[in-house]
Amino acid sequence: MTEAQTYSFFLGCVMPNRFPNIEKSIRVVLPKIGIELEELEGASCCPAPGVIRSFSEPTWLAIASRNLALAEKAGHDIITGCNGCYGTFKEALLEVREHPDRLKEVQKVFKGLGLKYKAKAEAKHLIEVIYDIGIEELTKKVTRPLTGLKVGVHYGCHLLKPSKNRPWKQTERHTFLDELVELTGAESVPYKDKFMCCGAGGGVRGSNAPVSNDIAVEKLDNMMDVGVDCVLNVCSFCHLQFEVAQAQVNKELGEKKYQIPVIYYTQLLGLAMGLELEELGLHQHMIKTQPMLDKIPE
Amino acid sequence: MEKVDHAFVDEIVKAGADRIRTCIQCGTCSSVCPSGRRTAFRTRELIRKALLGLKEEVLSSPNLWLCATCHTCLERCPRQIKVTDAIIIMRNMAAEKGFMLPEHRRASMKLLETGHAVPINTANREKRVSLGLDEVPPTVHSHKDALDDLKTIMERTGFKDLIEKQEAEK
Ligand code: SF4
Ligand code: SF4
Repeated sequence: MTEAQTYSFFLGCVMPNRFPNIEKSIRVVLPKIGIELEELEGASCCPAPGVIRSFSEPTWLAIASRNLALAEKAGHDIITGCNGCYGTFKEALLEVREHPDRLKEVQKVFKGLGLKYKAKAEAKHLIEVIYDIGIEELTKKVTRPLTGLKVGVHYGCHLLKPSKNRPWKQTERHTFLDELVELTGAESVPYKDKFMCCGAGGGVRGSNAPVSNDIAVEKLDNMMDVGVDCVLNVCSFCHLQFEVAQAQVNKELGEKKYQIPVIYYTQLLGLAMGLELEELGLHQHMIKTQPMLDKIPE
Repeated sequence: MEKVDHAFVDEIVKAGADRIRTCIQCGTCSSVCPSGRRTAFRTRELIRKALLGLKEEVLSSPNLWLCATCHTCLERCPRQIKVTDAIIIMRNMAAEKGFMLPEHRRASMKLLETGHAVPINTANREKRVSLGLDEVPPTVHSHKDALDDLKTIMERTGFKDLIEKQEAEK
C-alpha cells in the first residue's frame, strides 16, 4: 500500500446532522486503510446541487467555492461521502475553471473575508479514493468474509453523472462499486434498473414526499424481487432516502412491508474487517440491521 | 392565449444551456425520466414550451420542481442538450419571480440562519455523543466567525434578499 494520504473531510449537512452513524463508520474505517482525514473546520452546507443551486446559482457557486477555498488553504483535496456534495464540488470547480469570469465573480464576493481561492484543490468521493487503493490491497484487510450476504448495490446519480465531469470509465454499466462490495465476500446481486435514481434529489424529497417515496419504492421492489439482504449506498442523501422512504411507506400501508437494511459502504467494509457493529454505527439504523447481521458467518 | 416571450430561450442559452435550440422533440428525455414515469411532468414538453417562449406558464408550473436532477436525460439526449442545467436555469428564473415552494423556502431559511440546509437537532446531538463523536460537528455549527463570513457571502450574492422577498410575499 502507498503511504497514507491526507484529505480535508467534508461532512455536509445530512451526514453529521442526521446520520452521524455513517460519519462514525467513515472515521473508523478510512484510517485503517491508509486514508487520513483532517477536519475542515468551519465548512458549511455544500450547498445542495438540486436545491440551493436551483434557487440561486451564484449563491451555490460562491458557497461551494468557500468550502473548496478552506481545503485549498489546508493544502489538501476535499473528500466527501455524499454524492450530492461531490456533484456540487465537481460542477463548481468545472464552472470556474472553464469560465475565468466566474472565478473573478467568486473572488469579488470573498473580498475582505481572508479567503484566497484559485480552484486548486480537487474534490474526491471517498469511494474513488478507496477504489484507487486497489481490490487486491483491500482484500488483504478482510478478516471476516461476508459470505452468503446478498447485496443490492445503489450507485446513485451524482457519483456517475454528468459522465463528462467524472473520473470513471465511460460506460453505463459501471462495476467499480460491485467489485468493492464483492471483495468483502458478499455478493452483489443484479436487479432491474440498478442505475436508476433514488428519488431524493432536486428538492423532490423535501417538496413532494409521495413522488419521492414512489421512486424509492420502485427500486426497493426491484431489489426485493431478487432477495437482497441489504441495500448498499455511498451517499448520505441516498441513505436517508432509503431509510426514510421505507419507514414512511410502511406507515401508510399500515404494515411493515419494507424492511431492507440500508448500509453505507464503509459499514460493510468495516464488518468484513472484523470491526464491531457499535464502531460502525450499525446499531443506530431506522430499519433494523439485525436480520442482515444474522446472516454473516461468525 | 398566453404572451409569448421570445427572449426566454435566449436567457436560457446565455445562462449555459447553449444547445437547447437544437432539440428535435424526440422524447428521449421524457422516456428515461424517473419523475415523468409517475407524474404529469414531461421533460420534452417543458423544453418545447421553453422554445416557444411560454415563460409564464413554464415558470409558474409546479411541474418544474418535479425534476430529481438525476442527469439521465442529459446523458441520453441525442443532441447533447444540457437538459438538467436548462431546468436549473429555469428554476432560478422561477425563484426570482417568487415561485419557490414553501418547503424550499424553509430549507433556504435554515441555510441563511445556520449555514446548513439540514441543521443539527437534539436527537442527533445525542446520537453523536453516544457514538463518541463531538456533540456538534466541526462545521459552521462550531465556528461563529465562519458562519458570519458565510452570511456575508449570502448577502452579497443576493440570497438573503431573494429568500426574504419570498417570505414577505407569502
Ligand atoms: S432528448 Fe434532447 S432532443 Fe430529445 S426531446 Fe429531449 S431535449 Fe429534445
Ligand atoms: S434530470 Fe430531471 S428531467 Fe432529466 S431525467 Fe432526471 S428527473 Fe427527469
